[in-house]
Amino acid sequence: MTDRPSWAPQGIDLTVPSVSRVYDYFLGGSHNFEVDREAARVALKAFPGIPKIGQANRAAMRRAVRFAVDRGIGQFLDIGSGIPTFGNVHEVAQAAAPGARVVYVDNDPVAVAHSKAVLADNPDATIAAADLRDPLSILEHPETRRMLDFDRPIALMLVAVVHFLSDDDRPAEIIATLRDALAPGSIMVITHATLGGPTPEGQRAAQKVYQRTATPLLMRTKDELEPFFAGFEIVEPGIVPLAYWRPDAPLTEDDETAALHGLAAVGLKA
Amino acid sequence: MTGRPAAAQDQGEPAPEHDEEHNLRRFATIWGRAIYSVTATSMTRVEFEAHLVPQARVLRETLRARPFDPRPAVAVGAALVDAHCTDPEALPSILGVIDAYLVLYCPPPADVPADEARIRCSRLQHAVAVGFSQALRERTLSEQESISRAALGAQAEAERALADSEAKLRAVFEGAAVGIGIADMDGNVLEINDAAARMFGGEAHIRRRNVSDWVHPENEPAIRGLNGELVRGERDGYHVEKAYPRADGTVLWANLQVSLLRDTEGRPQYQLALLEDITERRGLLQRLRHQATHDALTGLPNRALFFERLDQALDPDGPTSRIGLCYLDLDGFKTVNDSLGHAVGDRLLVAVAERLRACLTSDDQLVARIGGDEFVALYTDPPGQEAVTDLATRILDALAAPIALDDRDLRVHGSIGIVYGPAGSRGAADVLRSADITMYRAKEHGGNRYEVADPDSDARAITRHGLTNRLPEALERGEFFVEYQPLIGLEDGAVLGAEALVRWGHPVHGVLGPDQFIPLAESTGQIVPLGRWVLEQAARQAREWQLDHPGGSCAPRVNVNLSPIQLHHRDLVAEIAGVLEETGLPPGALCLEVTESALIGADEDALKPLRRIADLGVAIALDDFGTGYSNLSSLRWLPVSVLKLDRAFTRGMRRHPADPVDLKIVEGIVSLAHSLDLTVTVEGVETRTQAEHLRALGCDHGQGWYYARPGPPEHLHHLSLADAG
Ligand SMILES: C[S@@+](CC[C@H](N)C(=O)[O-])C[C@H]1O[C@@H](n2cnc3c(N)ncnc32)[C@H](O)[C@@H]1O
Repeated sequence: MTDRPSWAPQGIDLTVPSVSRVYDYFLGGSHNFEVDREAARVALKAFPGIPKIGQANRAAMRRAVRFAVDRGIGQFLDIGSGIPTFGNVHEVAQAAAPGARVVYVDNDPVAVAHSKAVLADNPDATIAAADLRDPLSILEHPETRRMLDFDRPIALMLVAVVHFLSDDDRPAEIIATLRDALAPGSIMVITHATLGGPTPEGQRAAQKVYQRTATPLLMRTKDELEPFFAGFEIVEPGIVPLAYWRPDAPLTEDDETAALHGLAAVGLKA
Repeated sequence: MTGRPAAAQDQGEPAPEHDEEHNLRRFATIWGRAIYSVTATSMTRVEFEAHLVPQARVLRETLRARPFDPRPAVAVGAALVDAHCTDPEALPSILGVIDAYLVLYCPPPADVPADEARIRCSRLQHAVAVGFSQALRERTLSEQESISRAALGAQAEAERALADSEAKLRAVFEGAAVGIGIADMDGNVLEINDAAARMFGGEAHIRRRNVSDWVHPENEPAIRGLNGELVRGERDGYHVEKAYPRADGTVLWANLQVSLLRDTEGRPQYQLALLEDITERRGLLQRLRHQATHDALTGLPNRALFFERLDQALDPDGPTSRIGLCYLDLDGFKTVNDSLGHAVGDRLLVAVAERLRACLTSDDQLVARIGGDEFVALYTDPPGQEAVTDLATRILDALAAPIALDDRDLRVHGSIGIVYGPAGSRGAADVLRSADITMYRAKEHGGNRYEVADPDSDARAITRHGLTNRLPEALERGEFFVEYQPLIGLEDGAVLGAEALVRWGHPVHGVLGPDQFIPLAESTGQIVPLGRWVLEQAARQAREWQLDHPGGSCAPRVNVNLSPIQLHHRDLVAEIAGVLEETGLPPGALCLEVTESALIGADEDALKPLRRIADLGVAIALDDFGTGYSNLSSLRWLPVSVLKLDRAFTRGMRRHPADPVDLKIVEGIVSLAHSLDLTVTVEGVETRTQAEHLRALGCDHGQGWYYARPGPPEHLHHLSLADAG
């Protein structure tokens, strides 16, 4: 056969910026290549506040993990986990509850390879290469099956990833499929980019940057996020700007700006 | 700045250590506040400040150490990078706080002069900056390395997965038993596997050729149309039987499945062909069909093929408008057979067949052997009656010269009955009967001549023959009787049962076999009472055998023939049930034989009575199997439990070595039958060789002269008793 068959795994194109590596750059990491930094710089120029949003997002994620641990949840399914840098779900969770089990999922092969290296010595955390758009492939992944007990509550983490699903991907159905696999008492964490604040122009420009990646970014409003929580009871304080979700310190001015561009919410499955 | 911080002085006489600690924390708080906003840490402010306290402590101790050595402050710079102060812009803030507040909150011992303290603080900042830069550089490098490693690893992984999946596909492709070929949309062959190369008789014959290069006259033009639709993307595949020229010039028959492969955008990209070599199977089927439709002895078309052609010709909707038919019976053949033996008789028939074949002058003439010494020539759309009588004359002339066999000159003559007339109004049996009667007329006129049928003489002949009219009377007068021919288990030679064969003890013509009166009985409907009578006789007889064999299981069973006419008689099922009831014969001891031709094409309604009979527990045998050309797969849903293989199949086994094609065909049929849970009975077993072959091939039961001829019921009794003893 002269051509590669279309069903073979895709090769890796390092000439295209990757969401996970651009995000790493925003977080001050160096797990990135020049294409990624270039894309990131373009975004930053249009919208310098991005790193703060990233930080606020990570902070909200961390608070959500603690919230889960406080509820006695010791299992985490983190989809769209990205390149592990610091303050990752397993670090936060295992610090608060030793032995907590974490399955990371990402569809970026480089992020997956990196996670594998980072997690090599951690018996309670693992990474599965899978795509959120095929939720069954995540639920049935051998790593998921090996690590998680679906008869007991799980924290499903969809942190800064749902905005990479277009409406054509039918995100609500994807989430419903995941939800149906969860035991009562499970929670779902979603953080999501939203259009807001004083610089929507810049935000649009940043959104454009993502069009160049394999995964365009789609802002959604609070009302658009609500249906994703069908079958969950949204816990206090509801769907709110990142920094307002159960803050653990008084808010500063920085928090205020960052907070406007991301939403966070946690749902509890009855 | 000089003096102590006011906060430190406000504490009314606190313990000095407490004081110290408090100031240290103050310093850390100010420091944290300045740096937090430029870090990427996910710690909270409070956590971050707490995290800075140990670092502040290091700075304080270093500032105070004697002798002064700034190096421990290098680690502080590194620790800040560890806490994710990775933005180079954080450094001025980090150093600014040390510069402004360290000496103030954590003053060195009093004996260190202020200038010296300033210098120390500068050197400390310097060390922190070095530590920060080094750590940042290392961190950057190590992260770059780890991400590159990950990228390479991922790439290698992806390539390996690709190679794996390609290798798997390649293995499937290469190792497949079916031929696989891939061509582009212009028909250029890009890839073929070994199996395909073998089928075509050499790789060179197909590689880099175009699909359209292989034309074969036997292919239907429609296939090209199908391929056109596929190439245009109008269909996603097609499935045909197709002939290809092989490298050596012979033909490859393939069961071909072509599908369209599209690219990710859905555009047609390749054609994928799967080929299964069915050349041999096709050949075998053709041989099977030939065997089934030709007389093994003379090679002429047989009765089945003749009737098929005659039916076609007579079909009112068919293209034929007139037919001519010459029915030839050899005068004096019986004498040859009786006096010189079968072998000579057979050779004589072969020679006659040869001469008859030579009498045909065009494709619309066909000569068939339809009985022992009966032949028939069929002429479709003859130009006129004269053409038919000419044919008859040629036949008589051909037989005029004696036939030399060994040293003997044998003379045979023929009597021919000719039917000539329009197609579409009469049935085949009717036409043949008319020819038969006319042939008798020729015989009665001395033989070696032909007569042409006309309705008047037909009628007279029938009354003269008289058989038809006498049938009901004969039944009443008890002129019929039943003979039994044993059925033998090939495995152990045990007598398993017998086939009931009806005979007519005609007061004038002597004993007549079923061939001579059953067709008449069928055409008049007399077959129904006659068939019922035979069934009663046979059932009663079988019951008697059973009573003689109290053992039970080895008691002979009885097979009774069922005519297609009976099959359509609506009381059939009730009659059979009644006979079983009256005679007390268990249904399992009865087997009804139905000819293959009666069931072929039968719809579900026609099969219903048969199913009901089978439901009673009566076995159904498919008689003369192989003379029609039933779709073998239809056996699956016929209510049949026994196949009776036509004697045509066993002829080739009389010889040693046996005809390998015959063996193969029988073997195939047996395995098919067994896979459908059918038992196989073979008719016409005449020699030990045949019997041995058939046993080896897995046939279950045999019947024929080798075991026993048909005879009175007592014969069977002796046989089975002898067998039991
Ligand atoms: C912005 S990062 C978020 C990382 C991490 N969850 C966080 O919030 O810090 C988004 C990640 O989602 C991944 N991603 C995007 N679309 C995805 C999909 N359809 N399935 C799985 N992962 C996806 C990207 O590869 C990237 O690593």
